Amino acid sequence: MADAVLFEFLHMEMVAELCAHDPDPGPGGQNTNLSVLESMGFRVGQALGERLPREMLAFREELDVLKFLCKDLWLAAFQKQMDSLRTNHQGTYVLHDHSFPLLLPMAAGLQYLEEAPKFLAFTCGLLRGALCTLGIESVVTASVAALPGCKFQVVIRNA
Amino acid sequence: VSNFAGRGGSSFSELFTLTYGALVTQLCKDYENDEDVNKQLDKILFSNFLSRGYNIGVRLIEDFLARSNVGRCHDFRETADVIAKVAFKMYLGITPSITNWSPAGDEFSLILENNPLVDFVELPDNHSSLIYSNLLCGVLRGALEMVQMAVEAKFVQDTLKGDGVTEIRMRFIRRIEDNLPAGEE
Repeated sequence: MADAVLFEFLHMEMVAELCAHDPDPGPGGQNTNLSVLESMGFRVGQALGERLPREMLAFREELDVLKFLCKDLWLAAFQKQMDSLRTNHQGTYVLHDHSFPLLLPMAAGLQYLEEAPKFLAFTCGLLRGALCTLGIESVVTASVAALPGCKFQVVIRNA
Repeated sequence: VSNFAGRGGSSFSELFTLTYGALVTQLCKDYENDEDVNKQLDKILFSNFLSRGYNIGVRLIEDFLARSNVGRCHDFRETADVIAKVAFKMYLGITPSITNWSPAGDEFSLILENNPLVDFVELPDNHSSLIYSNLLCGVLRGALEMVQMAVEAKFVQDTLKGDGVTEIRMRFIRRIEDNLPAGEE
């Protein structure tokens, strides 16, 4: 059992370490870093999902899965629940966190907006990976209007 | 469903260890294709993880002091107790045992049944587990430096390598005094 704080600090160092290899990346370099972080998050999300007890996996509906992630995954990973979950009931979900812990170290406000994607990529992958283990293929992206709030958009890919 | 996160054995509590495992795997992969780096890889990763760990430790100590209400340690023995019984317990959920004190009281070992960073980790074949574990050494160094102690921490046994236990050797180097203006004692 490791405290959530350890994960947050590790995440910060991890982003710095992975992005350190290209001190001045062009758009290509930046995108590679983001996709590396996203796929790491994906593998971790899958691994977490695989470790859930059997009874957890018997979700009746897709919406139940999303609610589970917004409550249980978020609580365990970030010590808070997602602030809101909205859906169009056609496979698109928007998860809104008003104060995302991994963005908190950056100054609140707009000035660090360009840095934000680096700090969201891993978590997008985490969501995608957990969903994958729970039988749902998706595309997960994140956006920031004003730090430290952010929105994760989950679009379900139909089989 | 909503009780899941609260239970002691929650699989989500392995988020830290799984993430660290993924990071090590990724970095080994990153360097795989770089001929020059590959020879030095272990050394580079070893020192990178030490400094990343150090950065974590420097922040972690504040969190620890805020949560634990532990007072100032008067000697290295007290420090050892706090590390093993409070800090390890709080962050990793385990309590190492303290053994092998040096006669001078400036070195001791922490013995753990398993490497606490390891959970379902596949260590890349040709890389030493020492790299992997060095993050924890960095954390210990960074944290203790913030409370005025210069220490060295290293893994001398590791279940990751096939040893029977994991043993971290802690050595007190010196007290870090506050800087005094030149000429004053």
